Amino acid sequence: MDLFEYQARDLFEAHNIPVLAGAVATTADDAERAAATMGGKVVVKAQVKVGGRGKAGGVKLAVDAADARVKAEAILGMDIKGHTVHKVMIAQAAPIAEEYYMAILLDRANRNFLVMASVAGGMEIEEVAHTQPEKLARVGIDPNVGISHEKALEIVKAGQFPEGVQSEVADVLLKLWAAFVAEDATLMEINPLVKTEDGRIIALDGKVTLDDNAEFRHPSHEALVDHASANPLEAAAKEKNLNYVKLDGEVGIIGNGAGLVMSTLDVVAYAGEKYGVKPANFLDIGGGASAEVMANGLSIILGDPDVRSVFVNVFGGITACDAVANGIVQALEILGDKATKPIVVRLDGNNVLEGRRILNEAAHPLVQQLDTMDGAAAKAAELAAK
Amino acid sequence: MAIFINKDTKVIVQGMTGSEGTKHTGRMLKYGTNIVGGVTPGKGGQSVEIEGKTLPVFNSVAEAIAATGANASVVFVPPKFAKGAVMDAIDAALPLVVVITEGIPVHDTAVFYAHAVAKGRTRIVGPNCPGLISPGLSNIGIIPGDITGPGRIGLVSKSGTLTYQMMYELRDFGFSTAVGIGGDPIIGTTHIDCLKAFQDDPDTDAIVMIGEIGGDAEERAAAFIASYVTKPVVGYVAGFTAPEGKTMGHAGAIVSGSSGTAEAKKVALEAAGVKVGKTPSETAALMRAILNG
Repeated sequence: MDLFEYQARDLFEAHNIPVLAGAVATTADDAERAAATMGGKVVVKAQVKVGGRGKAGGVKLAVDAADARVKAEAILGMDIKGHTVHKVMIAQAAPIAEEYYMAILLDRANRNFLVMASVAGGMEIEEVAHTQPEKLARVGIDPNVGISHEKALEIVKAGQFPEGVQSEVADVLLKLWAAFVAEDATLMEINPLVKTEDGRIIALDGKVTLDDNAEFRHPSHEALVDHASANPLEAAAKEKNLNYVKLDGEVGIIGNGAGLVMSTLDVVAYAGEKYGVKPANFLDIGGGASAEVMANGLSIILGDPDVRSVFVNVFGGITACDAVANGIVQALEILGDKATKPIVVRLDGNNVLEGRRILNEAAHPLVQQLDTMDGAAAKAAELAAK
Repeated sequence: MAIFINKDTKVIVQGMTGSEGTKHTGRMLKYGTNIVGGVTPGKGGQSVEIEGKTLPVFNSVAEAIAATGANASVVFVPPKFAKGAVMDAIDAALPLVVVITEGIPVHDTAVFYAHAVAKGRTRIVGPNCPGLISPGLSNIGIIPGDITGPGRIGLVSKSGTLTYQMMYELRDFGFSTAVGIGGDPIIGTTHIDCLKAFQDDPDTDAIVMIGEIGGDAEERAAAFIASYVTKPVVGYVAGFTAPEGKTMGHAGAIVSGSSGTAEAKKVALEAAGVKVGKTPSETAALMRAILNG
């Protein structure tokens, strides 16, 4: 789960990382009130989970509370790269002397964690890595060793931070590591980490990604979920514990196993070129899915107004094909007249003969079976053509 | 000969007394896997009967090894307790630990992977994987045993169901070993580890490698193939049409910016001489053409 900037700020504050006063607002009224409480100049910042909001006009300086209201009115409701702005953060303005960079992230290639720190901040770190690599320290961290005070200082020196701030920046790094571990993060980035004109070190903007697999030991993370901008179909799927991603095509896809479903999307996309149709979603019913899970999945897909045909592609490993077939039959019984879209089914693997028999016996007019993944994809694409 | 597991592999099941553990222990026993016992902390001294075989339960992996001579384990322990189970196996210097469990926090995996590397005695396969099968010899995990039999193709894949699909497509040839390495961001055994083992295995003639979007494991595998592998390799990458920024089921499967795309992986693999199919059936056809000379 990616956090909004204001959530990252709050999380940093909870772990004693120095931040400025900040508040979130969903209306211009709230923005004005927050600015008045802070006093003085504030920055009004669009809260969207996408980069480049500054260039898009989503970050504005306000001279006072009344001005904060005007700026918030302009920013709320803006569209930034397809993301509607529902919230703004009101942040205390600070006179900045220098901008630095610091991040800790999961390093898949080296199968550990990576600290990146640089005296050159405030811009995309990829740019720093490209143009001034000597100013970017990249240090792998063994999770069983962590970061000692000495190691932190070493990293900060390697990132070419000026001597006067090294000790303080190293302290921020130690706190960031503690937060990274305590919150089960896969990314914590501070950009920029600033030195103010009066010499304070402050995390001015942050990006945080938390590991969804670790939810069971972080009940508080549930409150960070952004329900407002979630797609309603994705929200409904999540409620049923289904792994669903809405896409922008017309062929509904259900399969078992992430790899097979991704592959199914590809095969349907190729088959769909001829008919001008694409996959409408990703839906993985997982291993060992019961009839009920299958029925839930099918209900969600059939509830998507963009869907014109459905392709159920199952290779039964743990999942038994008879359970899948029963799920399809049950879902169609429950939906009754509301089910109006053709369903193409390809079953193989565990208990396939029984699965095919169940569907043949039910002989539902919307359902047809094909033997191969390629053939079924072509049929589903054809049926989705206008 | 196969890689990693064969008929001499003695397996203990960590989490055998749970419902998933019991179910899959039965399936593995039916296949002929040499299962010698289970580990469930707190239930040591008990025994359970599965598929007509009485299996002892131990409190720790070290106890299980001492009593049975086990040299591999398969982990069905829930995510919350998986780290403890794997650490127990590493501390007992068990040579192979196959972690089936899905949903383990990546910080936990990072910790046990680093511990395994530091100890230098244990190969971890997974987590979030279907396990591995050397058809006719041993089956550790949840791969269906009846898809195909022994043969001379080696298969390595991030995805479980794509492993099954590919085994099915090439069922008339059979496999030396098929390894599902798992879809998590950190995994214990990589494409490269399997490619090396297949290259070194006299009973493997050709290799199918299945990848998916996200990360750069396939690109690194391509570089390794160019420098080390002389056997023919056919590749497939799932997710050619996946949109940027959306996680596709596997935690590791996400395209970010221009990195991690299927196209980039295909280009890298082809540059290393690997023939890459755009669908599973096309990939199987490429392998078929190679094996039929």
